[in-house]
Amino acid sequence: MADLTLKDLYDGFRNPNVIKGLTKLINEEAKKLPHSINIMEVCGGHTHSIMKFGLLQLLPQNINFIHGPGCPVCIMPKERIDHAYILSMQKDVILVTLGDMIKVPGSLGSLQDARANGADVRFVYSPLDTLKIAKENPNKKIIFFAIGFETTTPMTTALIDVVLKRRFKNILFHINHVTVPEVMIELIDSRDEHVDSYNNRIDAFLGPSHVSVITGSKIYEQFPTKYHRPVVVAGFEPVDVMEAILMIVRQFNEGRCELEIEYKRSVSYDGNLKAQALIENYFEKTDLFKWRGLGNVPDSGYHLRPEFSDIDAEKIYANILPRKEIEDHKLCICGDILRGMAKPDECTIFGKACKPQSPLGSCMVSSEGACAAYYKYGNLLK
Amino acid sequence: MCLSIPSKVIKLDLERNVATVDTMGVKREAGLELMEEGDVKLGDYVLLHIGFIMNKIDEEDALESLNVYKEILEKLDEQERQELIEKDDNCQNRGK
Amino acid sequence: MNKQITLAMGNGGEENNELISKIFYKAFKNDILEKSEDAAVIHGGALAFSTDSFTVSPLFFPGADIGKLAICGTCNDLAMMSAKPKYLTCSVIIEEGFSTRELEKIVRSMKKELENNNAIVVSGDTKVVPRGSVDKIFINTTGIGEIQKEGISSNNISQDDVILVSRDIGCHGATIFAAREGIELSSNLKSDCASLTHQVQALIEADVQITALRDATRGGVSAVLNEWAKQSNISIEVDEKSIPVSTEVEGICEMLGFEATNLANEGTFVLAIKKEDAQKALDVLHKFENSSNAVKIADVNDEYVGRVVLMSPHGTKRFLDTPTGELLPRIC
Repeated sequence: MADLTLKDLYDGFRNPNVIKGLTKLINEEAKKLPHSINIMEVCGGHTHSIMKFGLLQLLPQNINFIHGPGCPVCIMPKERIDHAYILSMQKDVILVTLGDMIKVPGSLGSLQDARANGADVRFVYSPLDTLKIAKENPNKKIIFFAIGFETTTPMTTALIDVVLKRRFKNILFHINHVTVPEVMIELIDSRDEHVDSYNNRIDAFLGPSHVSVITGSKIYEQFPTKYHRPVVVAGFEPVDVMEAILMIVRQFNEGRCELEIEYKRSVSYDGNLKAQALIENYFEKTDLFKWRGLGNVPDSGYHLRPEFSDIDAEKIYANILPRKEIEDHKLCICGDILRGMAKPDECTIFGKACKPQSPLGSCMVSSEGACAAYYKYGNLLK
Repeated sequence: MCLSIPSKVIKLDLERNVATVDTMGVKREAGLELMEEGDVKLGDYVLLHIGFIMNKIDEEDALESLNVYKEILEKLDEQERQELIEKDDNCQNRGK
Repeated sequence: MNKQITLAMGNGGEENNELISKIFYKAFKNDILEKSEDAAVIHGGALAFSTDSFTVSPLFFPGADIGKLAICGTCNDLAMMSAKPKYLTCSVIIEEGFSTRELEKIVRSMKKELENNNAIVVSGDTKVVPRGSVDKIFINTTGIGEIQKEGISSNNISQDDVILVSRDIGCHGATIFAAREGIELSSNLKSDCASLTHQVQALIEADVQITALRDATRGGVSAVLNEWAKQSNISIEVDEKSIPVSTEVEGICEMLGFEATNLANEGTFVLAIKKEDAQKALDVLHKFENSSNAVKIADVNDEYVGRVVLMSPHGTKRFLDTPTGELLPRIC
């Protein structure tokens, strides 16, 4: 076998001829489909790939995509974003977080606005960059506002590990990590009796690429077995996505309902055990907050274990952090859109009161959300 | 989820528990905190996410996938060639 | 509009345009300003007049420094209207405590670049402000040049034109990002900062039918193409695989989640040339080291007027939009 080069790992999975080839195969297989199918790509990174490479334009009419919850920041309720805003405005606090947080507005504004109002907000590329900020500002409280799905969660715990082992006294954490399988369940089988999830249209899932690197594909076992939804874990390059779609279509045509891995080069059944152990060590599962657009998603978040309360900013600043839930706009139908029961352009405020520059619901907040994607690519989509 | 890109390990500093990785000529240090000791070696292809190495890319699996794609393309090329030949054979205007 | 000015409003993209039109254009209304060209055409079409301020950080980066940038920036704006830069002003606002040696280094760079453009600084101003009032040094340059070819305008592009780019894109933006603290990268990236006067004059001397020129500064090539699409009421169709991007810029983009078309340039320009002269223009550009890989990247049609469409190599298309927001690395 020839040697693998770094270039192969990029170009090989973006090869236009391979994309065209897979398009042909998908279209041929799709002719044999017993009925049209709706695939949900759970992760915003996949939505981004699908839009960036225009993959919807290559698919036949009987394969549809329902865009998933998008990014882990966009499903955060406004009152949670307000936590970041309020913490950043505290005297002698430096709020450190990842770039995705900058534009998302809470009820008081976004972190961008907080900064314009005099808050010391720093956006870092890596959680480890927090250490430098803490060293340079020994008299300030550095609060790391942690965000992300399971891909990013272990990195926060690695930072916590270093902070505790090297005894940094001025770093605290506000944890907002959320998890994928629980929201997948919520979409197809809600615990909330007030929510109509029975009419959801999701037939199969495209499993997230990098969440799965950490967790392993084992976390999706129940979807084919208990919920009869095939799951194919896909890479996020366009060839990966197309190959995964082909695998899903073949499952339907062959009467199978399985968990498969398309992204074999990076995803295993067990995942990264060391990362999982770190998460287990510092965090416990909890009902963290109501997901914007979806409501209560049981057990879908992480918070610091009680023995680490000393570095838990949410506990330390509890008296100034709001608990009251802020409702989304009453005309927002994100919940139905996420379940495939409605399309963005069926929402009465889509493109009018609710636009990317002034988003009213989570599907528009995220540049990877269904509504934002529709708004941007609207007449170039199928 | 989340942006993560394949990079090559070009240096290891086990004392500080970091590796230097190369992504198309851009070099960066990445933490080894999420990898088992001794797991990451020089020349390995790894996935980088927000400053950490989060796993090793399985080269055999990658090459296998690329091979499958090559075969798909060859098969389709062959199909197209056959279709063109058939089209030619069935051409009404032949010999006129 | 926001009650407060945000960083995004200085990004050269959507928010910047909004700020400019809703506050400045509204107050300073006049025909010349509203043409929104790189430099104002004044004095009956004989002169071009432009200004620019430079606040780049870090001050010294691979390929250039704030001094070279300050001269190239204004001279290039003049060159984009086919003007030969002649007279510049130079205003500086310096933070108390700034190193005199560094100031001299910056001024020496400016001198070198002035000579390159055959221009002189004839007037200036210096202010020193207390520590913390500015970030080390801010420079403003204003320039006047003599227009060599009339009629060059971003409002006149039509389906008779094709769009070229003078070299691989995104080098300056990628270099600045890599050089910033907090990202800790190392690479062979170099800013593309360079004066474009000679290339433009060569195109004029070769009698190339130039419709429009614009240097792709903040907001990158995306911003230019979108401005042209709106100003000339046309649709621009870009062949994605023809856009030249160096391996290193691609590396930064992959690592941080950027698109090269959104990254700033300081020595790269986009050209709208009459179809029949496209090859002639490329031949002229290829003679210069700074544009040795100049190439055609787009056609003009009326399919999506006011928009820019990116045609992928695998047969799909999407809109290329003006960048919005601050340029920040994504995690997702």
